[in-house]
Amino acid sequence: MQSAAAIAAAFVSGLIKPSGLWAAAWNKPAFEARALADVLKGIGATDATPSSDITIKAPDLAENGARVQIEVTSRIPGTRSMAIIAEKNPFPLIASFEFSNGAEAFISTYIKMGESANVRAVVNAEGKIYTTAKEVRVTIGGCGA
Amino acid sequence: MAEAMKIRAHMQGDIAEIKVLILHPMETGQRKDAQGEPIPIHFIKQVTATLNGKVVLDAQWSQGIAKNPFLGFKIKGAKAGDKVSVTWSDNKGEANSIETTVTASGSV
Repeated sequence: MQSAAAIAAAFVSGLIKPSGLWAAAWNKPAFEARALADVLKGIGATDATPSSDITIKAPDLAENGARVQIEVTSRIPGTRSMAIIAEKNPFPLIASFEFSNGAEAFISTYIKMGESANVRAVVNAEGKIYTTAKEVRVTIGGCGA
Repeated sequence: MAEAMKIRAHMQGDIAEIKVLILHPMETGQRKDAQGEPIPIHFIKQVTATLNGKVVLDAQWSQGIAKNPFLGFKIKGAKAGDKVSVTWSDNKGEANSIETTVTASGSV
């Protein structure tokens, strides 16, 4: 665990850039944004390039929005971070991940979905931003769960 | 908290596959209890994974991760016998961690 002071020192020395997907602290503006545009702005992804080298594995139809399995893989060389967004959730940004020291650009998890929507992945590879999306239809929304 | 996390790590070729299960309510803050009172928001905000003490995965979560979170990830270049550790902390300041040893291909 890094101390707050160490993180602050890293900011000052320029080791950590306090922007977009690279924010070291919990990205409050992005996570608390309700509008998709504000989420994308909060993670520095307003100008993302669509890419077929990002794969989202998720069901076409999820009966229970409280637990929707997703797997995201990026085959873009130099992928350093990945964000997962459920576009129509009350708070669309689900999670962001930074990979280092050999971690593959792969995440498997279960998310909540309030209603049928695109699940979007945003990837930062060597400072360039890429994105893809997959539609998931939800029978019973999971945000009350 | 001893039963609150589970972890498995085994090799597939030169990649270690890690699977983590965390027992946590992941309350959205939008639900109400039987008396109609709002249930306070309670969710894991940060998860960090290390391989032999070096950070490999740094995650930030919202309340949109499903209850009792599952996290699967992969580490290239790891080998059997390596130590994998996963730590989480939530919006109430609660935290927990678990460590395991990477096992060879084929073992469970």
